[in-house]
Amino acid sequence: MKVLMKGNEAIAEAALRAGCECFFGYPITPQTELLQYMAKKLLKSGGVFIQAESEVGAINMAYGAASCGKRVMTSSSGPGISLKQEGISYLAGAELPCVIVNIMRGGPGLGNINAAQSDYLQATKGGGHGDYKVIVLAPSSVQEAVDLTIKAFDLADKYRNPVMILGDGMLGQMMEVVEFDENYKRPRTEKPWAVTGERNRPKRVTNSLYIVPEELEKHNFKLREKYKKIEENEVMVEEYMTDDAQVIFVSFGMCARIVKSAVNKLRQSGEKVGLIRPITLYPFPTKCIEKYANFDRIKFFIDVEMNLGQMLEDVKLSVAGKKDVHFYGRTGGMVPTIAEIENYYFSLKE
Amino acid sequence: MKLRKPECLTAESMHYCPGCGHGIIHRLIAEVIDEDYKDHKIVGVAPVGCAVFIYDYFNFDFVAAAHGRATAAATGVKRCIPDALVFSYQGDGDIAAIGTSEVVHAAARGENFTAIFVNNGVYAMTGGQMAPTTIPGQVTVSSPYGRDPKVQGYHIKLCEMLIPLDGVAFVARTSIHNLKNIELTKKAIKRAFEVQMNKEGFSIIEVLSNCPTNWGMTPAESMKRIENEVLKYYNLGIFKDKGRGI
Repeated sequence: MKVLMKGNEAIAEAALRAGCECFFGYPITPQTELLQYMAKKLLKSGGVFIQAESEVGAINMAYGAASCGKRVMTSSSGPGISLKQEGISYLAGAELPCVIVNIMRGGPGLGNINAAQSDYLQATKGGGHGDYKVIVLAPSSVQEAVDLTIKAFDLADKYRNPVMILGDGMLGQMMEVVEFDENYKRPRTEKPWAVTGERNRPKRVTNSLYIVPEELEKHNFKLREKYKKIEENEVMVEEYMTDDAQVIFVSFGMCARIVKSAVNKLRQSGEKVGLIRPITLYPFPTKCIEKYANFDRIKFFIDVEMNLGQMLEDVKLSVAGKKDVHFYGRTGGMVPTIAEIENYYFSLKE
Repeated sequence: MKLRKPECLTAESMHYCPGCGHGIIHRLIAEVIDEDYKDHKIVGVAPVGCAVFIYDYFNFDFVAAAHGRATAAATGVKRCIPDALVFSYQGDGDIAAIGTSEVVHAAARGENFTAIFVNNGVYAMTGGQMAPTTIPGQVTVSSPYGRDPKVQGYHIKLCEMLIPLDGVAFVARTSIHNLKNIELTKKAIKRAFEVQMNKEGFSIIEVLSNCPTNWGMTPAESMKRIENEVLKYYNLGIFKDKGRGI
């Protein structure tokens, strides 16, 4: 059945359908409807909902609940995610599954509450301390946000790793028609590590402390192996009109949707342009971009973001100097228009 | 009399400095668990600080939290396993400085777990810096001229701060500086666990303890210091026991 839903609420509903049993959050615009939806539904259904005293409190409650093997979610926006980074590092270090939603706003500092993609680097390059990675999924529609939220829980359990849904204020606040998969079946994941308090078996400890350097290095190498598996198996990318393209746009999330419209318009004018949209920001679709960088027909790439080029370095690393990579971005909560993208394209062509 | 190791303690030898109070407090917790919760579900929440390896010494499940976040992590645990006995074990820097927000709000929400708060007046693991609980005049490596309330402010009396909160069911301050008070500490732990299992709300025991290493004293001198100096600033007693009308 199709329903009209606001992005934030659709993500919350998807999480519940994925079996999310615990939610810990703190109000911050533009993600607050997610917290409100969870308050309404989880308190009635016997789940755990706590409006924490801070984002720090929320992520550490999530850490405790994730230790117990529950399906756990927390959500926030940029400034709040900054506060959660300590906990995210601990979740990654202790290998605990947790879904974290970041409905981004403009930054730095208090910034503003408008749609922006200001947290790409923070999400994909660590954010907290230590050698760790968070799987980052970037939906570009409310329907995709629903599908990726469900996938996020499965991935978190599969890899015992935090998974972040990275959307922006636009995605959180807009309403679109969505359909939920009525046949979703939660994969059976054994959690023999989960803290349950039972005494008739060897004790279980969730921990990220390895005081002996040799042991911590071993742990970091083990995590690295896990991240390699994630990089091999979980890359998601959309290639749009790239078959005969001579110029390729690279863009993610809601911004990519605007770029897609620009690609459609440019195609109407006979321009051979296409779009590569990373759906997973970590693992980044390096191989996909690299493949196009090797084609003679490709003249150059244009990276478009709602920031000042945070994904740009990943795109450039993937292109590996084989082609030029240009950048167009708006920041501070400004959203690029189709006309701006077209104009930028033509300015490069000249 | 032959002293036997409580069953819920592991064979691991403790890393604490000679004469440190953590060993005594660990044993008291273990005795209470052996006596009252032999096969019961238990989860401990470990702090950052000297007691960071506490999970090595008990043979039940533990969650090791970030610095100051043990009461938040314990909240998550207890809400997921409501029938388990859950306790956090935290030092004064952990619970009364970096974790103040988490403990105040866990207490206000009336979370049904027990915080065991070991107050030795210093950040011991990092080398004896001033803690929120350092008493006026006390010399530490980061208050080298003695804590001057005009400069560094006053010591925090966390128990007294928590008493007025409606979610708080049990508050006690005890000490381990002599046998009588060690016994009283055990009784307080017993009662706090009982209050938790009765689902009465948040329970906390502040245990005045010693740190011979960072106080620069022998273990015996450090016990005397609790009696002669620390007790002037921190009075002992059961301050709140909702179920018993205190």
